[in-house]
Amino acid sequence: MKRHATVSLLAAVVLLAGCQAKAPLPETKIPADTGGSAAGDFGPPQGEPIHAVLTSPPLVPPATHRHTPAKVIVELEVREVEKEISEGVKYTFWTFGGTVPGSFIRVRQGDTVEFHLKNHPDSKMPHNIDLHAVTGPGGGAASSFTAPGHASQFTFKALNAGLFVYHCATAPVGMHVANGMYGLILVEPPQGLPDVDREYYVMQGDFYTVGKYREKGAQPFDMQKAIDENPTYVLFNGSEGSLLGDKALQAKVGETVRLYVGNGGPNLTSSFHVIGEIFDKVWTEGGTHFQENVQTTLVPAGGSAIVEFHTEIPGTGVIVDHSLFRAFNKGALGMIKIEGPENKAVYSGKEVDSVYLGDKAVSAAPVAAAATANAAGALTLEQQVQAGGALFNGTCSVCHQPTGTGIPNVFPPLAKSDFLAADTHRALGIVLNGFSGPVTVNGNNFNSVMPPMSQLNDDEVANILTFVLNSWGNKGGRVSAADVARVRASTPRPQGAAH
Amino acid sequence: MRRFAPALLLLLAVVARADGGYVRIPAGEYKSVIRYEDGNGKRQVPAFAMMKRPVTNGEFLAFVRRHPEWRRDRVPSIFAERGHYLAHWSAPLQPGATALPQQAVTEVSWFAATAFCEAQNARLPTWAEWEYTSAADATRRDARADPQWREAILGWYARPANAPMSPVGKSPANVYGVQDLHGLIWEWTQDYAAMLVSGDNRTQSDPDLAKFCGAGALSMDDRENYAVLMRVAMLSSLEAVNSTSSLGFRCARDLP
Repeated sequence: MKRHATVSLLAAVVLLAGCQAKAPLPETKIPADTGGSAAGDFGPPQGEPIHAVLTSPPLVPPATHRHTPAKVIVELEVREVEKEISEGVKYTFWTFGGTVPGSFIRVRQGDTVEFHLKNHPDSKMPHNIDLHAVTGPGGGAASSFTAPGHASQFTFKALNAGLFVYHCATAPVGMHVANGMYGLILVEPPQGLPDVDREYYVMQGDFYTVGKYREKGAQPFDMQKAIDENPTYVLFNGSEGSLLGDKALQAKVGETVRLYVGNGGPNLTSSFHVIGEIFDKVWTEGGTHFQENVQTTLVPAGGSAIVEFHTEIPGTGVIVDHSLFRAFNKGALGMIKIEGPENKAVYSGKEVDSVYLGDKAVSAAPVAAAATANAAGALTLEQQVQAGGALFNGTCSVCHQPTGTGIPNVFPPLAKSDFLAADTHRALGIVLNGFSGPVTVNGNNFNSVMPPMSQLNDDEVANILTFVLNSWGNKGGRVSAADVARVRASTPRPQGAAH
Repeated sequence: MRRFAPALLLLLAVVARADGGYVRIPAGEYKSVIRYEDGNGKRQVPAFAMMKRPVTNGEFLAFVRRHPEWRRDRVPSIFAERGHYLAHWSAPLQPGATALPQQAVTEVSWFAATAFCEAQNARLPTWAEWEYTSAADATRRDARADPQWREAILGWYARPANAPMSPVGKSPANVYGVQDLHGLIWEWTQDYAAMLVSGDNRTQSDPDLAKFCGAGALSMDDRENYAVLMRVAMLSSLEAVNSTSSLGFRCARDLP
């Protein structure tokens, strides 16, 4: 802020002295037509070359705060890395800078960008880069084709301001993008963007694995699913949970938050939304002019948007693709935690996201611990109960309630349930295959529908049931993954039921 | 003398195997993933011989010992990149623990691979020979339309290159008796430099003829075959002095 004030002061002095100010000043009103690339060349670079600050998501480099064109050197390294795409699920990502999405690049309109693309010696593939900010063949792709252990260089002038996607364009281009090869480059308009309190970098992508959603182990890329545009995961910042728990975005009441949102694709268009917030401003498609008061903004594959909101009350904003099965069944969920004093005049205080969060709100650590222990043949009852509790809170507690009480006349209780106690095997079948119609539990009649939960794997079902059997006054007992597998095998159902 | 004749034959057979272990690949016709300007899309491949397995560190070490001009500390930089060529060996004549004798040699330039093959009266296979032979699986000469064949190859692409490489000869032989064409390393071909495919995947339907000298321009004929496309992309990113940690070679020979 201090620096910004100094710049304004200097500019004021210059004006007072009667000199012609060469560069537009901060806060200058943006003309309806800025002139595009034809008006984007501000002459040769001035001063010493600058090494661009690159940041990993969700961080954004500081504003350039420059008013003259510069030569900016960008060094970006391609690395093929194995990381977790979800808890216990490994995937080999191809990355710009070691992360998905790749490093955030920030320059100013009129800058001359000397781009160095390095392909790490451990890479298996050749790679290149197409920056949508480049005016030139292939966006630089044709000039940056780089074998493993080598580097390429090309230079471009950033003639258009905006928030641009960059991505790899090597054959097969869809696969390179599906493996995470995309990121954002912000070309600031000459007057810069207004200063805000917080800036974050969020980018969506769709992923295609051979195994189903959350199937553990190393998962290879599935070309057929990619061609069918049927993703296994839809994610913000390259992994499920990248913006959850300790990694949630942070803000305080009374701040202005700006998100630089990209969509790498390769296939899906995002309906970008933050539950519990309204975007005060959206620079649609990452362009020059903003729309105001927006609930959900479309972010096309290979496109972007800049969204901004002011925070009034504490709470957790939930970042989603509002194509909701992507959010709750394929991983497109993030959080922004807003801290500060309550303001009951604005909102009564009950959190907006308790149901939406689903099983993402609780720690998945016990689930992973149980999966590991089970694989090693050393699963204890206690581990099962802990893992089952975490899963129950996410999947089951919405209807059966966190303490198993159910809801009178609607959802049957699981606590001290005579129905459950009578036949564990029957309960197992209900979890897997669902249940509808009249049923009597503890003397009360219910007539409702439970959908099949066959998306849960054998471990998960076993742990949930073991948790229920050992909670709230139930008689105890234990269900193993093998029990679940037996019941699952004996009850055929359509492929993909409840997915 | 006469009674030693069978033993001599046996000895000759052993020598033949030790000579890199070539197998005969019968002549045939196939459809390349690359669209050539001449022909109707079918490529004729005359019969030739190809090494059963990729060249190993052990074999390449023997070559470097006999031809010290190809030691990494003596090779002229116009033939191999210093800092890349055999850089993973612990010393110029000592592959060491990171390059075991039975593992495929990598980090070799096209020039070095060509010299190795010439030293055994052979040459690098052409792309057509390589593609033709690699189209096979254990039972069919052309398994490329089989989704499982493609998945298996794509599966290798999904594994990081810094994982330890398995020794050569561990994969099932294809119908010709050749191993490791897929799933282990990339391989140089004799005419890789003529594979002038654009580095930008999306221009291939409209190749830049001026840039690629007219008739030399190639484009992809079978875009669905990603598994092979990626190998073409890899080769076309290279210059003859280049080498990478997952790029090796095998030799081929004309039949007499």
